[in-house]
Amino acid sequence: MSDNVKRRDFLGYSFAAVAAVGGAASLVAMKQTWDPLPSVLAAGFTEVDLANAKPGTPSTVTWRGKPIFILKKTEAMEQSGRDLVIGSDRFTIAIGLCTHLGCIPAWKETMWKCACHGGEFNASGVNTFGPPPRPLDIPPFSVKGTVIVLGEEGPEYKQMAQA
Amino acid sequence: MAHFTKANSVGEWFDQRLATTKFMKVMMTEYWIPKDVNFLWAMGVVLAVTFKILIISGIFLMMYYKPDVNLAFDSVNYTIMQEVAYGWLFRHMHAVAASVVFLIIYIHMLTGIYYGSYKKGREMIWISGMLLFVTFSAAGFSGYMLPWGQMSYWAAMVITNLFGGVPLIGDALVVWIRGDFNVADATLTRFFMLHVFLLPIVIIGIIALHFYSLRVPHVNNQEGADIDFDAEAEKYLAGNKKDSKVIPFWPVFLSKDFAVLGVFLIFYFYLVFFHYGFAMDPINFDPADNMVTPPHIYPEWYFLWSYEVLRGFFFDIAGIKAFDLGLAAFGVANVIFFLLPFIDRDPEVLPAHRRPRFNIWFWILIVDLLVLTVYGKLPPTGVNAWVGFFASVTFLVLFIALPFVTKADAKARGAL
Repeated sequence: MSDNVKRRDFLGYSFAAVAAVGGAASLVAMKQTWDPLPSVLAAGFTEVDLANAKPGTPSTVTWRGKPIFILKKTEAMEQSGRDLVIGSDRFTIAIGLCTHLGCIPAWKETMWKCACHGGEFNASGVNTFGPPPRPLDIPPFSVKGTVIVLGEEGPEYKQMAQA
Repeated sequence: MAHFTKANSVGEWFDQRLATTKFMKVMMTEYWIPKDVNFLWAMGVVLAVTFKILIISGIFLMMYYKPDVNLAFDSVNYTIMQEVAYGWLFRHMHAVAASVVFLIIYIHMLTGIYYGSYKKGREMIWISGMLLFVTFSAAGFSGYMLPWGQMSYWAAMVITNLFGGVPLIGDALVVWIRGDFNVADATLTRFFMLHVFLLPIVIIGIIALHFYSLRVPHVNNQEGADIDFDAEAEKYLAGNKKDSKVIPFWPVFLSKDFAVLGVFLIFYFYLVFFHYGFAMDPINFDPADNMVTPPHIYPEWYFLWSYEVLRGFFFDIAGIKAFDLGLAAFGVANVIFFLLPFIDRDPEVLPAHRRPRFNIWFWILIVDLLVLTVYGKLPPTGVNAWVGFFASVTFLVLFIALPFVTKADAKARGAL
């Protein structure tokens, strides 16, 4: 009798071990099925020429499906460690998605205002009001003359990311 | 092999093999419901029927819907709405039922809260019901994404970003859920799968659990009276129907349910044919554009209260970021109802009008939910932001106060 129980327990435990290994392996497969596809990850690098930017009026370009704000600052706008300096011009470059929940803030004269939950960001992309927990994120970029390449991590980006 | 004799009728043939007579007794004719109930006790059957309407209308929509970012919008707004015969009817039935189902869920929940139908053995009814609320919410959200209009897109954006609040893995989790850096094709197709397969299957399973969880503790009644169901059932079966405090689910209780259901269906189809617009946001008739956020976005009415709790905390408090506060409050708001059976410290089941302090608590909760709902729709600026803040705080305070309120009632009654 007790021998039988031990045998049945042994069978039970062996099955549990096999099922656990299989279950864990299939979870890995299921998790990775939901990961972004290689084609999505490889999706390109975007070049933007800053030479024709108008001071005080931001423009928006698309990079990896996200809006990127590019603002050439006017003299009146405060300077920030987040500025990209090219020659004598200062630029704000930021991912145009509110750091709260990802709506696109709209430019209102001197700042970006988010319609979803009322967050505000100044001309440097720094959060000044409402629920956003941090300034607008800076996309990775590198500088080639007056052209920036979004997606590449250049020295200017690394410096700004630390600021 | 079991012994089978020749059956004398089709009914008997099935009865021999499937025990249909026994099954009907257990599920219907000898499933006992108290007599002392009112029309609010019909909401369960109304919900079951609304869910059936959602499934049937959904099946017809699915035959023409295309889960692809380039095709989805036109497959809904052109193919289904203009080409498919009665496609508009199934779409409006689906959209209106999805909205109305939440109205009935809220009535059903608040009925349970008012009459104390969540404690003393009825905890699993309440918890399985709350699981249904959560899965219905997930189904509502995933379905809202499918027409791929501006509201679909930006609701998906905001809701998936909520997962960014998870500590450490938040950002990676958001990308994983979307399958892309932003809401994109991969996101649409996986939410399509969730909406038409996984969530309905899970919902059907939980509905079975919800019905089963009623079986042992039985349905509550208007006075919270403790009924001996076996004794009362015996009276009923012995022919003493008048003295018995119970009636069988079928045919007695359901016949009354069907009367309520008839009224509901007239109301529902009136909305479907004449007032479907409330379930069809005009902004969602613009195709999704990941470069333009609509000037004012808001969820469907049934999510407004928790949405307002989310954005009610718009400034940092004691060094904690507004974002984290809002998210924490939102998280609490969504799970706190699960805990209701355990934070109600009154050991007796009684309707709110016989628990004076709890009665006040209940009506403040109703008013607060209404305020949150109204202000959830308004732009979050100026005084609106402050109303939202105080209403959110009130909501949280109500649940902190509940154990004390219910204990005080029990003490005053001498039950503690």
